[in-house]
Amino acid sequence: MVRILGILVGLGFVGVAAWSLLWGVIAYVQEPPHETVEHEFHKHPDSMSFSFDGPLGSFDRQQLQRGFQVYKEVCAACHGLNFVAFRNLHDLGYTEAEVDAIADQWPIQVPSINPETGETATRKALPADRFPNPYANETAARAANNNALPPDLSLIVKARHGGAPYIASLLTGYQDAASYRNAHGDALPAENRPGQGLYFNPYFANLNIAMPPPITADGQVTYADGTPATRQQMAQDVSAFLMWTAEPNLESRHKAGIWTLLFLLFATVIAYMAYQNIWHGGASRAVRRTGALDPENQAKSEHAKDEAGIAG
Amino acid sequence: MSFPWAEEYRPKHPFMRWMDDRLPLPRLVHGAVGGGYPVPRNLNFFWNFGVLAGLALMIQIVTGIVLAMHYIPSGDAAFASTEHIMRDVNQGWFLRYLHANGASFFFVVTYLHIFRGLYYGSYKAPREMVWMLGLVIFLLMMATAFMGYVLPWGQMSFWGAKVITGLFGAIPVVGEPIQTWLLGGFAPDQATLTRFFSLHYLLPFVIAGVIILHIWALHIPGSSNPTGVDVKTPQDTVPFHPYYTAKDGFGAGVALIALTILVFFFPNFLGHADNYIPANPLSTPAEIVPEWYFWPFYAILRAFTVDFILPAKLWGVLAMFGSILLLFFLPWLDKSPVRSGNYRPKFRIFFWILVADVIVLGYCGGLPAAEPFVMISQIATIYYFAHFLIILPILSMVEKTLPLPNSISESVLHGEKAEAAPIDLGDATPAKA
Repeated sequence: MVRILGILVGLGFVGVAAWSLLWGVIAYVQEPPHETVEHEFHKHPDSMSFSFDGPLGSFDRQQLQRGFQVYKEVCAACHGLNFVAFRNLHDLGYTEAEVDAIADQWPIQVPSINPETGETATRKALPADRFPNPYANETAARAANNNALPPDLSLIVKARHGGAPYIASLLTGYQDAASYRNAHGDALPAENRPGQGLYFNPYFANLNIAMPPPITADGQVTYADGTPATRQQMAQDVSAFLMWTAEPNLESRHKAGIWTLLFLLFATVIAYMAYQNIWHGGASRAVRRTGALDPENQAKSEHAKDEAGIAG
Repeated sequence: MSFPWAEEYRPKHPFMRWMDDRLPLPRLVHGAVGGGYPVPRNLNFFWNFGVLAGLALMIQIVTGIVLAMHYIPSGDAAFASTEHIMRDVNQGWFLRYLHANGASFFFVVTYLHIFRGLYYGSYKAPREMVWMLGLVIFLLMMATAFMGYVLPWGQMSFWGAKVITGLFGAIPVVGEPIQTWLLGGFAPDQATLTRFFSLHYLLPFVIAGVIILHIWALHIPGSSNPTGVDVKTPQDTVPFHPYYTAKDGFGAGVALIALTILVFFFPNFLGHADNYIPANPLSTPAEIVPEWYFWPFYAILRAFTVDFILPAKLWGVLAMFGSILLLFFLPWLDKSPVRSGNYRPKFRIFFWILVADVIVLGYCGGLPAAEPFVMISQIATIYYFAHFLIILPILSMVEKTLPLPNSISESVLHGEKAEAAPIDLGDATPAKA
């Protein structure tokens, strides 16, 4: 009875699914789907290597400091780092005094109240403060940016497919829409050209991004460590810095992972040996005709024990 | 518990005897997972996954309880408190990554456990209740995992909650009131977050309770085995402890190594980038994708694209829930007296097609709903329902099965099949005296 009902219900679902499939096939044959312009012109992030790649990767402190400098001088005008505090900069190799100075001299002040009057005010940042948002609120941010909202950058590397290479590719990926040709040599259709306040960037999912090119020329930043500040260098440095802001515990995670693996490998080898020992010691011989737990052999063994005068 | 030759619990130490007279908890443990539970001696490594699922639940409960000490279930603070855990709580990143990937680990071992049951006919008499209680656990796991994914209050959390509760909106007449009731409002909001947090904390303990019933029901007939032949004599079994505790210990080590690699080196591999963007009710993500363990069911949901008497969306919802609910009837749909797929040559072929089918469904479910993947998932959906509701009932009537071994120990002694034998016994030869 269950089987007959089952077959009927099954035929029902199969029939309706097949009906959907039929219409899908008809639609597919009549009008095969064509790739969207976004698909045709979108570029995947360039492949590039970072010091934190791979299971043993770690941050390059010099690169993080350079990246922080790019953030400070270029990105911070529009983008906040809501989840990162000035005190976290210790991890980048800055001394306590340097962190104090960075917080004290940060161009954007922290919202506060006037201790005398209680009115809203701002004060200088302290190491315990998070990086202040450059805009008072979303409306102010949109008003200042042609109705686009500059996202907070704390987690941007983890919040975008492609991670740090994507960010670096995007920062240097701006192109002239009119002269751009994709891999097939096609020009961008006119209706997909950037509108007012938008910029063509093939690394961006919908090709047109509201952020103006942030890194415009070599030498835009003068690195303290003397590294030549090429556009590529600046883009990679700031991407590495943003990887740190998104995943500040990456190094301890990698280290702890190695030790955990070593421990587990050791424990698993021991467990394997215990397993082998137990199964080969008793059961495996027991299941052979000549095994120790075979009733005949057990009887023989008991007999032998009795003869030898061994107890148990 | 299950067999007359099960070793009785005999406490040696006076304290244990004293305890046994008052609270026989050691006796219970001895009978459940100790030397007092005789287990078929020929279990292969696919029998490790039940214990591993229990281990996964323990990991989830322990990490979850600590995470709940730092998490704030508030629309304004949930995302920030998750980042607080990641950055400022001591080893908080480890707790959160272990909890997030632990959910995937739980589903991996549970899916392997389920497919082991499907192949070896573990759902058949007299273990129907074991199977059905297992399905209840599976449904509870899905509900728990779904609500847990909502808690970080990222973009995918918010929109996932909206889409999944929206499924109930497809039910005629009462659908929308049900959806509003589930969410505590017209869209996911504070009320949703707090109730999901409350239930996400509750359900794992419900799961633990059903697991106790699952194990209780299992211990009545005893564990199944790769031959599917019933245990007949003491030679067919070995005590759970030390034989299977040792084997499970090794299995747990291997599984934890895999989990460690995921947690420490690829912690975001199974996640979605959009969930690192705080929830924004005004901005729909380009693609709303559930976690990977829901993909096969998500593909079935989206496979119904054309209205047929009922709206297509309702068909999708019915099929998605039906795809799991039909498993409750499996013991009566597949009436073949032979349990193990090893002795059912035709069943075996269809079983592997089903495995491939579910993988295809999962692959399509993780992709955007675009052709040709909708058509592929429609074909796969047709096979899924046909497999359980049409092929298995007919197959169990017409299939000619292979001869079964007379007993478990005979199959082992004669080295029948490598997979039916304990390790290193496939080519057992008599030892020279």
